Order: sequence, then structure tokens, then C-alpha cells
Amino acid sequence: MRHILTATVMNEPGVLAHVANMFSARGFNIDSLVVGRTEDPNFSRMTIVVTADERTLDQVRKQLAKIVTVVKVRDYKETPYVSRDLMLIKLSAASNSRSEIIELAALFRGRVVDVGMSSLMVELSGEEEKLDAFVELVRPYGIRELARTGVIAMSRGAATNAATDEEVRTDQRPTAVRAAARQPLSGKRQPTQQELEATPPG
Amino acid sequence: MSTSTSPIGAGANVPAAKTTFKAPHRVGAPPLHGAGSVVVENVAKATDSTAGGLPVLGRPTGKTDRFNGMTGAQILLQMLLEHGVTDAFGYPGGAILPTFDQLYEKQLNFILVRHEQGAGHMADGYARATGKPGIVIVTSGPGATNTVTPLATAYMDSIPMIVFSGQVRSYLIGNDAFQEADVTGITRPVTKRNYLVKNVRDLPRIINEAFIIATTGRPGPVLVDLPVDVTTGKIEDAVDDTPYLPGYKIYKAGHSKMVKAAADLINASERPVLYVGGGVILSQAWPHVREIARKGNIPTTTTLLGLGAFDENSPLSLHMLGMHGSAYANYAVQESDCLIAVGARFDDRVTGNLKLFAPKAKIVHVDIDPSSISKNVKVDVPVVGDARLCLEEMLGLIESRPRSSWLSQVARWKAAFPFAYKDDTALSKPQAVIEAINKVTGGKAVFTTGVGQHQMWAAQFVRWSVPRSMITSGGLGTMGFGLPAAIGAQVGRPNELVIDIDGDASYMMTAMELATMSQYNLPVKVAILNNRFQGMVRQWQQLFYKGRFSHSEMVNPDFAAMAESFGIRGLRCHRKEDLIQCVEEMVNHPGPCVVDFLCETDENVYPMVASGKGLHEMELGTVGSAAPNSAREMGTLA
Repeated sequence: MRHILTATVMNEPGVLAHVANMFSARGFNIDSLVVGRTEDPNFSRMTIVVTADERTLDQVRKQLAKIVTVVKVRDYKETPYVSRDLMLIKLSAASNSRSEIIELAALFRGRVVDVGMSSLMVELSGEEEKLDAFVELVRPYGIRELARTGVIAMSRGAATNAATDEEVRTDQRPTAVRAAARQPLSGKRQPTQQELEATPPG
Repeated sequence: MSTSTSPIGAGANVPAAKTTFKAPHRVGAPPLHGAGSVVVENVAKATDSTAGGLPVLGRPTGKTDRFNGMTGAQILLQMLLEHGVTDAFGYPGGAILPTFDQLYEKQLNFILVRHEQGAGHMADGYARATGKPGIVIVTSGPGATNTVTPLATAYMDSIPMIVFSGQVRSYLIGNDAFQEADVTGITRPVTKRNYLVKNVRDLPRIINEAFIIATTGRPGPVLVDLPVDVTTGKIEDAVDDTPYLPGYKIYKAGHSKMVKAAADLINASERPVLYVGGGVILSQAWPHVREIARKGNIPTTTTLLGLGAFDENSPLSLHMLGMHGSAYANYAVQESDCLIAVGARFDDRVTGNLKLFAPKAKIVHVDIDPSSISKNVKVDVPVVGDARLCLEEMLGLIESRPRSSWLSQVARWKAAFPFAYKDDTALSKPQAVIEAINKVTGGKAVFTTGVGQHQMWAAQFVRWSVPRSMITSGGLGTMGFGLPAAIGAQVGRPNELVIDIDGDASYMMTAMELATMSQYNLPVKVAILNNRFQGMVRQWQQLFYKGRFSHSEMVNPDFAAMAESFGIRGLRCHRKEDLIQCVEEMVNHPGPCVVDFLCETDENVYPMVASGKGLHEMELGTVGSAAPNSAREMGTLA
């Protein structure tokens, strides 16, 4: 099973190495690991995608939480969440195929960010599967270069994984988070995950 | 999140106060190495809870100008003293000289070692013998890398230890400077936390954090890397020394629901077994373990690191379990309907084949580290928390039950399968040497060991009854641990008898520390079980590699003469008739003493659970040779 975890970590040298090293030392497989800044300069956020069974996922979560510089860990197994991957893709695009590619990019809500005589760069974000589908569609045109950020994720609802949020016990399911997620979203109705992801078929 | 009102407590052997807080708690500025006595959620509350005999420094953390005008090295020494450090181990070198200059005044009892690995193991032995964190001070590069093995040893066995290593000047870091090494990078996987101090202003806070991390929760080693410009740099104005550990959680009392569930399971069981590990020593939960066993009539077995937590003279004692554990402990675990693990981690040397481990048992696991729960064995009732606090609560819920049929079954196993060997060779059997040591000392000494056959025989043939009397490298299995660990234990407990039961191969790995023993006239006794082989390697080569003894035979020096050359009493015992006399001479010698006990080579450790086998499928060897051939004949193992 593929699982997404996020870890709020102290923003200092060595933390990424520690986390990455823990994964390799304990034989866990990382599909992707993304680190970036957060709203608080003291903390960074890691989004880690692992392929693991239930028991391994449990160990991954506990071993992550055990690292002193890791402040909070959450997995999204029982939590509604939004996940996104960002891609830049450079395609061979002679004048005769250029408009087809632009059309495809538009269908996927991508943006053309650079155009050359024989090439074209598209920026596309969304769930991983959507990006995969786009890549397969444009492969016949010739992919010159491709870069993806890896997945970042965030739970729906008011609860957060921020360091300043209330204590989340890492040795059990974060019940507070689940409860919050079940509550109706405040104010105007927001689009659901399905609606957000209802992109043209690929 | 941290504020400035928490006093800093020091001192290790402090009884835990009852706490009503729920675990876990974020750490703001908790008091230091108070064994489970204080839970800090709201820092302001901590002041009250430090009562109860904690030697409090009486100084709050927070913004302070008390370091003004001091160099990093001066701050380090002063804070070590404030944290209750009285002894330290190490070796000087260029990058740590500013710190060593501070040690010149001898405010600390500093032990100069002969190799930094020795310093690490000494600090480890010191910590295991006293409960206080072991302190190591070494230089950069090779000085620091030589502590990697001791750090890994302490990490595996959860021993509180802090290594302060020198580092090249911070602007040279990354330039491949002389004696530079990426020490924080190298030690990250074998420390609970490590630091590279980049600014002297961070030093007071980091030292406070290092002591908290090393000594609380599941203890472990911490390394603090100190560039020269940090130890020589001065603090000019107020700094904040409040620990900042937003990601650090200390589990205290167990969840009362889980404690209740565990007690219910135990009360309902017919054939319970207590399986007790090093965590019971670390959290000082041994009185509670003994009381629960007594109250519920629960047979109790310990791991290698748990030896001493239970009184092995008790009829309830099953002695050690596992690969070379007693047959009766292993049979009892396999037959048990409720296995209660406390402060133990289901190591592969304990469980044998996991698929065959304790097949009939519901498993209760009390551990402070949530990542230990269900890591190797699926646990039915996990209790996350400090063993002492969890058992304290559980004690009141355990029902007094006779369990007479289970106890009589256990007694039959104990009678039929005692640890045994055949005394049928011209030379002493190594077990006989340990029996002699046990007889002369009554098991009342601090013992350390190397790693291998002699370690297992020590575990089997000394009758353990006192906590912190067995000091041995369990998880990492570090050969060469015995001698330096004994020196450290002797430093920590200067008036007690400390005996290193060592093997000839283990001993030779760190034998240069004899010079340390001699320099400080530490009256450590070393009993070398000399079989002129790496005994355990020889045993495996005999059993699993067709007797092809590839590079396991040792050509040794004359150990007695070698010791004498260091100014240490050296004896040689080559006749088994002289065993008791030699041991008495060793124990009664007022100074350090090394005895070379010439032993039979071809002796194997039994029982033995070969890898891949279940605990009940052990090779009994000489054990129980006068008894029925298997537990099956004893009538219970189906």
C-alpha cells in the first residue's frame, strides 16, 4: 500500500539526513520525500510517500516520531486530504505539433511557460495520477526533460500538523484530527476532492 | 514555548514520584535526570514537583547574564559541575585543548585513558553502575571517530552518555582541515541526538538539552561537537539557556485503561511469565517487578541486560531466557498463556524464530519507547510509559493467586534442566571458574564482561540478585567492553568489588587500558577465561562450519607477566584444584589484579537455540543430561 506521511521538523542542518538515513537503515522504501519551508521559519515540513503494509507504516510513523528533531508526524490513512505534485516538462514541439500540445496542456489545466523554435515547456500540477496520465499522452511528441517535485499533502478541515497546533499523540490515531475532518466545512460549500480532480479524461 | 521558571534538578537514583499527568508531554524545560519524577507540561508547575530529594541546582533557566565574560570551555566545565558531574573520561588533542586547559584545576575527577574507545566504554560502565550519565571528552577527527563504537554500544543498550568532542574552527569545517571529520554526520545513526555547536551563545542551551535527552525517556548517548572557536569564544551579554525541544516527548505514567487491561489479562491467566529487560534497571522498577511476581506467583525471567532486576535465588526465578538462556525459561515462555514483557524489546537473541515464539501467549508489553511496541512481536496489550510508574499502578490491580500447578510445572523443569557442564577435562572448565567466582563473592560484586562464551557463562553461572551488578554489552555485542567498563564502574563505585569476567580475545581488544587502571590505581579485578580461542566463533565454526576454525585461534601473551609490566598484580591459574584459592587471592588483593585462568578450549555454551529455531527446539547439550530428553517427556509441551 502507498501511504503519505507528513513530518513537521526543526529547521536545522542534519534533519533531512537523519530522516533519510533512518529510512535506509531500517529498510523502509521511500517513493518520494519533499522538504520545504512552512509558515514558521523554525520548522520545515516533509512529505514522505512510502510503500508499506499496515505494520511497517506503523513502525515508520513511530521511528519518525522518535527522532528528536522531528516535532510531529501524521499519516493520512484515515484522513481526507489534498495532495499535489508539480511538474515541469519540456517537449519536442515542431510547429506542426505545437498547437496539439498546447491543447492537451489546456485540457489538463496546465500552462505553457516557455516556447522555443522546436521545444515547449509545460507546467502542470495536480495529483500524481493526473500528471502520470499527461506524461503518457505527450510521450509520443518526445519528452526532452522532465522534473517533478514529488507529492505534498495537507489534511482537509481545520486541524493542522503545524508545530504549534495542539499535541498529536504519535502512538495512536490522531482522533482529534479525524473528528475535525468529519465536521462540515465552514461557510460556503467547498468543492470535494472528486470535483477538484474532475479533469478531462486522459 | 519554553519559559524561564524551571529549576534544573540533578541526581539519578531518585525514587519516582507518583504523577497524575497523562503521557506524553512536550518538553519545555524539564529538570534533569530525575528518574521519572517530574512531568513537565506547564513549565511553571515544575518547580513544585522537583521536591523529593532531587538535588536541585536552584537556578532557573532562561535569559541570563551569568555567563558574561566566560569562554565556551569555562562554560562547559561550570555547567558539567552544575549538572552534578563528578567524573569524566577522555583523551586530549589539539581541537579540545581549550577545554582540557579548564580541567587542569582538577575540579572534576578526570580519567585519562589510552584510547578513546576506552573512554567511551568507561563512561558507559560508569553510567550502568551508577545511573548517572557517563561523560567523555575527546578531540576532533580520530578522537571523535574512536568513540563511535562506544556510542553505538550505548545506543543499543539505552545508556545515558554524553560525548564532548573537539572540532576544527567553524570557518575551517568542510575544508578537510587537519584532524577534521564530519563527526555529527558519522555519529547521527548511533546517537539519540547530536549537535554541532556553531556559536558559543548556543552552548549553555545545548548542554542543558544534552543532559535532558541523554537521561530522560528511553536514555541514550548524545554527542556535542565543539569547534575551537566555540570553546575559546566568549559570551559578552545575556543568553538564553532554556532547553528548546519541541519534538521531544517523554512518556511517563502509562494510560490507565491499558494498565487495567494488562492487569486483567494477567489476573485471568493460568500460566503467566514475566519477561524483564534492561528498562527495569534504567527506570528502577525492580522492587515493583519483584512485588508483582510475588503477589501473582508469576515465574520471572530476565534478559541479559535485565540480570539483577530479579533475585535469582527466588523459586520464581527462571534465570535468563533466549538463545543461551535456561531451558526452563524457554519452555515456560513457549508454554505460557500470558507473557508480560517489561522494559525489554523482543531481541532476536531472546525470541529465536519469531513465528514460533510464545505461540500460546497473549502479550503485554510495558515500554517507554512506542516504537518498541509491536516492532518484532505483535503485542496484545501495549502500555507505553515509564516501567516504574506503569508497574506501580499495575501492582494495585494484580490479584494474589496461587497458580500452584503452573509453579509446580516450572519447578519440575528447573529440577530437570539446570545449567550444567561435565567436569571431565584436565584443565578447568570455564564454567567452573565462574562458579568459583560466584562462590567466593556470593554474587555480591559489580561484574562486567566482554562478549562471547564467557559472557553467556557469566550470565548462567553467577547467581544474580542485585540490580546494576551485571554490566555487559547486549545489543551491539562489543568485544573489548569488559575491561574499560570495569574501570568506569570502579570509578563510579570506588569502594566496591568490581570484577571483569573476560575472554582472552575480548580482553586483548582493549587491554591497553591496563595502563589507565594502573595510573589511577583502580582496584579492578580481571578474570580472564583463557581458552586461546574466540570461543563463540569457535563454537559456531564447530557446529555450523564443519569444524573449519578459520582465524579464530589466538596466540596470546603471558597475561600475568603483561599485567605485571603495567605494575598490576598478575596471577596464573592452570590447575583446577587451585581455582578457589586463586579467586580468593584475586578478590582479596587490595589493588588491581589480573588472573589468567587457563581453561579447556573445546567447551560449548548450552542450551543453544540455533538460528531459525523456536525457543523450545534448543540443543540441550550438557544441560539436563541426567534428566528426561525433552520437555515433551515432562508432560506439557505438545
